[in-house]
Amino acid sequence: MERSTSHRRTLARRLLGRTGALLLSAGLVGAAGCASASGGPAATDEAVAPAARTAPTGDPRVGLEAGLLDAGEATWNLNVVSETPPPEDFVGKTNSDLAFKDHYAIQGNYNGFQIWDISDPSEPSLVVGYVCPASQSDVSVYGNLLFVSAEGLGSRLDCGTQGVKEQVSADRIRGIRIFDISDIEHPKYVSNVQTCRGSHTHSVLVDPDDPENVYVYISGQAPVRPAEELAGCSGASPSEDPNTALFRIEVIRVPLANPEKAAIVSSPRIFENLVAPPQHGLAPEDKAELERARARGAFVFDMGGRSIILPDRYADQMLDSIVRERGGEGAPTGADSAALRARFEKMIAERMGEQGDGPQPGPNQCHDITLYPAIQRAGGACAGYGLLLDIRDPIHPRRLAAVSDSNFSYWHSATFSNDGSKILFTDEWGGGGQPKCRASDPKEWGADAIFTVENGKMRFRSYYKLPAAQTSEENCVAHNGSLIPVPGRDIMVQAWYQGGVSVFDWTDPDHPKEIAFFDRGPVNAETMEMGGSWSAYWYNGVIVSSEIARGLDILELAPSEYLTANEIAAARSAKLDYLNVQGQPRYTWPATYSLARSYLDQLERSGGLPAAEIAASRRELARAEVASEPVRAETLAALAERLEGRASGHAAPKVERLAEAVRELSNAGAPRTAASR
Amino acid sequence: MSTFRAPLYAALACVALAAGACGAARSGTDTSSAPSARPTDDSKAGIEALYRARMDSARMRYTDADVRFMIGMIGHHAQALVMCRLAPENDAGPRVATLCSRILNSQGDEIVLMQRWLRQRGEFVPQVTIDGIHLEVTGPEYVMHMPGMLSDEQLRELAAARGPDFDRLFLEGMIHHHQGAVGMVDKLFAQDGAAQDEAAFKLANDIQVDQKTEIARMKRMLSELTSANRGNR
Repeated sequence: MERSTSHRRTLARRLLGRTGALLLSAGLVGAAGCASASGGPAATDEAVAPAARTAPTGDPRVGLEAGLLDAGEATWNLNVVSETPPPEDFVGKTNSDLAFKDHYAIQGNYNGFQIWDISDPSEPSLVVGYVCPASQSDVSVYGNLLFVSAEGLGSRLDCGTQGVKEQVSADRIRGIRIFDISDIEHPKYVSNVQTCRGSHTHSVLVDPDDPENVYVYISGQAPVRPAEELAGCSGASPSEDPNTALFRIEVIRVPLANPEKAAIVSSPRIFENLVAPPQHGLAPEDKAELERARARGAFVFDMGGRSIILPDRYADQMLDSIVRERGGEGAPTGADSAALRARFEKMIAERMGEQGDGPQPGPNQCHDITLYPAIQRAGGACAGYGLLLDIRDPIHPRRLAAVSDSNFSYWHSATFSNDGSKILFTDEWGGGGQPKCRASDPKEWGADAIFTVENGKMRFRSYYKLPAAQTSEENCVAHNGSLIPVPGRDIMVQAWYQGGVSVFDWTDPDHPKEIAFFDRGPVNAETMEMGGSWSAYWYNGVIVSSEIARGLDILELAPSEYLTANEIAAARSAKLDYLNVQGQPRYTWPATYSLARSYLDQLERSGGLPAAEIAASRRELARAEVASEPVRAETLAALAERLEGRASGHAAPKVERLAEAVRELSNAGAPRTAASR
Repeated sequence: MSTFRAPLYAALACVALAAGACGAARSGTDTSSAPSARPTDDSKAGIEALYRARMDSARMRYTDADVRFMIGMIGHHAQALVMCRLAPENDAGPRVATLCSRILNSQGDEIVLMQRWLRQRGEFVPQVTIDGIHLEVTGPEYVMHMPGMLSDEQLRELAAARGPDFDRLFLEGMIHHHQGAVGMVDKLFAQDGAAQDEAAFKLANDIQVDQKTEIARMKRMLSELTSANRGNR
């Protein structure tokens, strides 16, 4: 971001310094709590980050009242359409991810799943609340099938609520449950696939060349089950056991006609030989250090794609040895420095060779994989790495590139731009149960990192983090989001747990910008309780948010200077039959007046066409819209032709898309149907 | 230690959701009685009462192993803070400084979370006091002797090191320290009935996931550091 390097440095120092005071207060406060005997109020947690409550900002999200169902709310450039508390069986149980089919939203919950009819978004109605406990109950749909993830230790094959107490048990499910939802009011539990690490998340891959099957990629991150519970499971290191369940993902093939025959078909080791990937770019802190080192004349070398500062005393010793080699003595000369620079890598390589260094371990699991079949790519968010995968062969995904980032704690999920030229990764620093959006938490940590994909490699561009400081009673970090299909722009809606829902524009990958938000105060004013938006996804015109503690929220975008009514209408025109966000669909837009007007609005915003041309084009669109044939078609054809002649300069691609939309409008009487996959 | 106040639930639920989805959820077909999009104040209060009751009872679903894990991990995390607090004065390199800032932030938060977990269950809450490299954690003897923790001598050695020497000792020590924490999680999960509590499972699982990720990151840093050092032999 634009933070100056010196500021960043100061921040790191301040953090290191401040935590000292913090810790003591936690200790002291804890002691007080102890003295006040059992069951004292949990007000102690207040002491942790008192600064967070009084963040110096005018943002309306700061200082909202706490409450479960009556918390204070702040909205900007969107409207709350409905807020539906969970049904009885799911109250006090964690709501998790969302999937969509037709006019239904399927909401995972640690106690099972809920199917909501959202055909009237102002009044969602519960179709099914299916009690079948498992964490995290990540959900996906395909055709008549519903997939649900099970990872925790207490989930039972029989859906019982009593848990599984024994460490080894035949009653336990850790893996994927499969339901038949052809009769959506009566889901039928048809089969399970057990895996060694369970399924924290999963992603459904539709192979266009294989209509008989669908593939499910399983990412597990919990410890490996004992072999006595599931034969063949081993948590040993790869050198001890080549069949270890670590360092791999699982691919399940589900025959659509016989889902009960679903089984693991491969366990790709997509991390193999992932030793030390080049960093995406240096953090401001590292850059400052490098600049200082160069300024004082230190030796800085590039090795394996990263810069290494050679400590002065080592440099001195190496220089001395070069001086001795040429039979000289005394202070090294400029020529000796040059000799050291020329030979440094070789010297290091020789010495490393002697030492016989083994490969360093890469990640041993992915948190989530986003599959984008339309471009035959996947983004893997895998512990300490972000991966770009080739998924042309669904059973054998192949790694194309990997990045790491000194500011990223845990790579959590990925989203491609609609054209695939960019990829955004999230960092779920602290695991989602921690308050990582306080004023004192760095903006680069627990954020999104935006990359452009260039020649199969990923190039870091910027970070995006929820701009409003949250309290220490609100778990907050980057979490699940989806694209909003505004034509010609990259806009995304994202859940930040109790940080709420943030809508931002990342069309310019160097300058992501928030354009709308929704937030509530903490669930509990006294202490942090898990809550907030787990997932916020756009589906057929609305934003649906799965609120961990509060149920299902539906939001709609409101026009603003950042997003016009035309752009919202065009986004609403791109309809889907179903949506699993981690099986990313490619959006296309029907030729509509809204589409043409969206491009005009964008050209006006960017100054890509003269104001007079924009005004004239709008007039002609308005005339055509109410005209009958042949005037309608002729007006549009003439406008398209004129616009085609206007396409030049930096705005040319957008003017061409505008002209194309107008041309299509002139050719077709009625809009054709929307999105393809 | 696992009590379920089922009758209380039922009573609360039916008061709470008289106007709502009582019973509809399980049958799955009665959409007419689904909760309204704008719950009334009464139904809100009922849902909140049910929510609080479930939160309370969920807290009763734990074992002695979970308690020992929380208490031990507080001591374990506290030593990581001691190690990291040395970084600025001991001229840690920028990568180690960044890592330390993050560990101080994350593990500081996790200590608060574990103290809260214990307090809410009426269990003993260890108190942490740090003075330089002197660490005091109240509680049972084992709290200062968890797997991977550094000896006093190792800590003194670390406190005396500067610059690249500090980085190397720190990384070696913290890798060992993190491996101990991962081992504690594995041990917890290997006990009957442990980590059934959702908060305990999440906390323990997040700890092993984060620390394994950090171990891999620290091993990379250490290998770069030692390769740079080897250049001068």
